[in-house]
Amino acid sequence: MSALRNLMSLLSGDAQADRAVPPTGHTARLTVFTSAAMAFLAVFALALSLAAGRLAERWGEELARTSTVRISAPAGQVAAQTEAVLRVLRTTPGIAEARALTEDEQRALLSPWFGPDLPLDTLPVPQLVEIVEDGRGYDSDGLRLRLSAEAPGAVLDDHTRWREPLVRAADRLRLLGTVSILLIGAAMASMITLAANAALAANSQVINVLRLVGARDAYIARAFVRRFTLRALTGAAAGTVAGMAAVALLPRAAETGDFLTGLGFQGAHWLWPVLIPPLAALVALLATRLAALRMLRTFT
Amino acid sequence: MIQFEDVAYSYGYGGRELLAGVSLSLPAGSFQFLTGPSGAGKTTFLKLCYGELTASAGRISLFGQDPREMSRDDIANIRRRIGVVHQDCQFLDHLPLIENVALPLTAAGRDVAAEAENLDELLSWVGLSAQRASLPPQLSGGERQRAALARAVIMSPDTILADEPTGNIDWDMSLRLLQLLVELNRMGKTILIATHDLNLIRAAKAQVAARVLRISNRQVQVGSDL
Repeated sequence: MSALRNLMSLLSGDAQADRAVPPTGHTARLTVFTSAAMAFLAVFALALSLAAGRLAERWGEELARTSTVRISAPAGQVAAQTEAVLRVLRTTPGIAEARALTEDEQRALLSPWFGPDLPLDTLPVPQLVEIVEDGRGYDSDGLRLRLSAEAPGAVLDDHTRWREPLVRAADRLRLLGTVSILLIGAAMASMITLAANAALAANSQVINVLRLVGARDAYIARAFVRRFTLRALTGAAAGTVAGMAAVALLPRAAETGDFLTGLGFQGAHWLWPVLIPPLAALVALLATRLAALRMLRTFT
Repeated sequence: MIQFEDVAYSYGYGGRELLAGVSLSLPAGSFQFLTGPSGAGKTTFLKLCYGELTASAGRISLFGQDPREMSRDDIANIRRRIGVVHQDCQFLDHLPLIENVALPLTAAGRDVAAEAENLDELLSWVGLSAQRASLPPQLSGGERQRAALARAVIMSPDTILADEPTGNIDWDMSLRLLQLLVELNRMGKTILIATHDLNLIRAAKAQVAARVLRISNRQVQVGSDL
């Protein structure tokens, strides 16, 4: 509570104390711009991280519960082997649902590569059977053995081969987003420290006078800390609003294809970027306070 | 009270020793001059008196405390009990005179609005009521010195240190400033003025029992004669 009180007292400020440090227009503009740019980037990194997290979750959960049986057989045997495969699947423990994809569904799957007018009946396209597991899962090795006996052209694909690298990639992407946010915060802290050091050095005469008349370090530091904190807050708020608007204006997945599905914020995730301005202010507060107290120790 | 016991001071590690074996005290309510040739260490002595510098050897006591054992906050507190007037005054040029004079109050976290009456009286006392809204660069040398004195006394300090306060002003203005310092001494304040202006010392001695401290050959000699 006392930390919160101190923060509120810092933000509400002391008009008399603030006037002791002359305004520094150039440094102020740079700090506001830096904070805005960093917040803008942080919004995108956050969107990337959250989207990657959702993707990893979806791939990890949904795809883990589905499998496909691919039936490649001479044209006259496809229907019989499909029927045999479905029969085997219906009697396999751990499978909740199994159904053969219709021609339209198969055409839809192939249309991104071959166009919408694909003549499926003239091409040796394998028949696909979709399997949905129940909570227990099934014995894939046992199922493969049974399928090879009942339908020699059937191949079970339980998605493990390509699901794991995708989930791993999505997890890495999420980690990358998180690391980016941390790096953005560290870069912002560094830039604000440099700006604060420059402001403190430019005001060494003011600091000398304030020390001479009995001002404590905390009092002098506060004038600088408050100024930089408010600048960071203002810049970060503007950058966050711009970043959120840019994310909101990203093309919808339906317009661009499935690859970009979910990039951006969904539902309550829109609240996450709201945390960026106060966090930026906190970073600025700590960076400026450390820089100020360190530099003030060089004054007698 | 400020006391020096066998104090030495050197600038930097292995630097030239400016003061050596200085032992004296500035009793409460006394009026003292510190004189000596340029570069003898007058300003250094004053800086030792308000904790801007610390002794290389020996012990200095500022109101019973050794600055070397004090925290930075304690030093700041001590400076609220010691008003300092520099030759170059050291103002914040972007603030009007009234805010510069009130700066020690602001730094101490006191409500300046509540002290408005005292501030007005103080400015009137130093003859600067009309200049209250002027910026420091707009003031003459004498006005700046009087403003610096007003700032030095706003916290009602026990001791006032002045470093060549009349160095940049004419004789009439010097006498006026001296008069203000004499009045402060009569109110019980301890006054120490570093100056090489012997006429100023003579003028003061005509009004108060002033003691003269002379810095020579790294020593501070106490005497009443000029």
